[in-house]
Amino acid sequence: MTCWAGIDSGSWATKAVVIDAEARVLGTAVVRSGADLSGAAERAYLTALDEAKRATTDVSAVWATGFGRQSVTFADGSRTELDCHGRGVVHYVPGPIVVVDIGGQDAKVIRLDDTGRRLAHRMNRKCAAGTGSFLDEIALRLGIEAYELDRLADGATEELELSSFCTVFAGTELLTLIRSGKRPADLASAAYRSLVMRISAMDVFPGRVVATGGVVAHHPHLVRMLADKLRSEVVVPPHPQEMGAFGAALAARDGAVAVGPEAHHDT
Amino acid sequence: MTAIRSTAALRDAMGGYFRALGEAAERKTAPVAWCSSVGPVELLRALGFAVFFPENHAAMLGAARTAQRYMPIVHSQGYSPDICSYLTSDIGAYLAGETPLQAYGLPGIPKADVLVFNTNQCRDVRDWFEWYARRWNAPVIGVRSPRAIDDVTTNDVDGVTVQLEALVPALEAIAGVRLDAGRLAETVATSRRTSDLWETCLQSASRRPAPLNFFDGTVHMGPAVVMRGLDEANGYYQRLLAELGERARDGVAAVPGERYRLYWDGMPIWGRLRALSGLFAEFRTAVVASTYCNSWIFSALDPADPLRSMARASLELFIVRSEQPKVRYIEAMVRRYQVDGVIFHDCRTCPSNSNARYGMPRRVSEELGIPTLVLDGDVNDLRCFSDEQARTNIEGFVEQLADVRPVRMDAS
Repeated sequence: MTCWAGIDSGSWATKAVVIDAEARVLGTAVVRSGADLSGAAERAYLTALDEAKRATTDVSAVWATGFGRQSVTFADGSRTELDCHGRGVVHYVPGPIVVVDIGGQDAKVIRLDDTGRRLAHRMNRKCAAGTGSFLDEIALRLGIEAYELDRLADGATEELELSSFCTVFAGTELLTLIRSGKRPADLASAAYRSLVMRISAMDVFPGRVVATGGVVAHHPHLVRMLADKLRSEVVVPPHPQEMGAFGAALAARDGAVAVGPEAHHDT
Repeated sequence: MTAIRSTAALRDAMGGYFRALGEAAERKTAPVAWCSSVGPVELLRALGFAVFFPENHAAMLGAARTAQRYMPIVHSQGYSPDICSYLTSDIGAYLAGETPLQAYGLPGIPKADVLVFNTNQCRDVRDWFEWYARRWNAPVIGVRSPRAIDDVTTNDVDGVTVQLEALVPALEAIAGVRLDAGRLAETVATSRRTSDLWETCLQSASRRPAPLNFFDGTVHMGPAVVMRGLDEANGYYQRLLAELGERARDGVAAVPGERYRLYWDGMPIWGRLRALSGLFAEFRTAVVASTYCNSWIFSALDPADPLRSMARASLELFIVRSEQPKVRYIEAMVRRYQVDGVIFHDCRTCPSNSNARYGMPRRVSEELGIPTLVLDGDVNDLRCFSDEQARTNIEGFVEQLADVRPVRMDAS
């Protein structure tokens, strides 16, 4: 049975998705990227294939995305995560939309028109504020795992503010708040508020907003806060963490035009 | 990529300039003036000064990436990492006792007898000059220009002309000669010729495929920056122009297989020039024109009215203008060079040369109907630049262009 695969080689996690001709998701995988990006991509790919009950010989094409896309040596083509997140989201939610992708090391805002064509994008500056790394730092200061922030924040009763400018300074502000006896639940909520402030300042958000990325997948409290801040519905599509890989699989299925060296045969 | 052959002659020309400067400083054959990059060089040359441009020196430090070890020396002395990284690179190199000019036989940067600024570009250049002035007990004089001007008015020109006239007695005293009006007019004429030749070289990139690109321009602009008013600059640009004419005629492209054409606004990222040039070439995208390389076009220079035309030329520059004339200028460049998109380099330590901070990219996109991209970085401080983010941003931008127009065949 013919299928297509996409690999999203991210800073923290490598994701793989296998789809069929109707873009139904047959298998997914998420593994830690670590220092061996190529090895992580292969592990994710084989795990997703295993879940899909497919062999490598069933795969028509594999496309890669993510910051490590060039390390996926077995890929037939690549597109940036800016393209693949938009491409994947539009499959589920028709444009015009604004995609907010929050990953481990960067955050992206991608504006798409009614046909799903990308109009513009913004990425965070060279700074961890507004990314998953910010939440990791805050969790570390609170002595908990990052995934525990979500449950903790649900019990918040006081609206505290944390800087959205610098992760390290936010960490020291957190210490001040801890010393003044503030509750961990309110501190967790403040961390999300800081991240939401940063994201909401990246661009304007006309119309429907769709959120993707590993942070979105694991922090529903953040998504609710983002919707409140933007005064807009924030849709979370299926497989938010694997959305880039899904978009890459769609690019593979649709024979997208690559712009890098692999595209040079076209003229 | 077919290299531009004139590069060897460029090295000779720049080497000759630096050696002559070094000789003047060492043997005291001519007084040495430091001049800001778009300062009143014609006046200085007409008075017999050997002229040194510290911004050019700082760019050399950036391109060699030695700036990374010099800047912290100056930060430790109370100069903020957020101010001009040209300033901190250059002063840091001085404090470290190092300079790339040693390759030309100079023991160090030439000591100034006078430092002459024009604040038309920024305030930092004056602070920079004042650091050396305190060190060497040398005079700092200059022109305080209006900034963010709409149309250049007679009043604006009058104000700068008066300031240029006021510099003359002080400079005459240092040079030990009286200003010869004929020599000033000749220098302005030579400078204007340099400007015209350089502009024609740059305009060759309006051809498809472009025979030179922004990255070539940042290298070949050297004589237009440091040798304005010298015949050697014009000799060099006549040679370069002839070669660019050949390249255009023969269809030799700066970026082989050119598919997309971009405009670059803002400073170069000197320490990543080669990497970015290769990256755009990989995407077969030519950056065909830039605000930066155009900044050494002084079309108002007129030997019939030297000082006044120098004043006007210094005020007509893009960097001195308000937002709306800047947008209109970019619009003219977009049309002339038929570009598909505009990149705004938001240079962390150079607000004067960063036009992404007051909403211009969005206005350009909406008014001109073309996509824009903001690239975070810095002219010299590579801590402000992320290779991975830049690659994704640029590749994503080219993808966006490709989605609108999937394949563009080369055309001449």
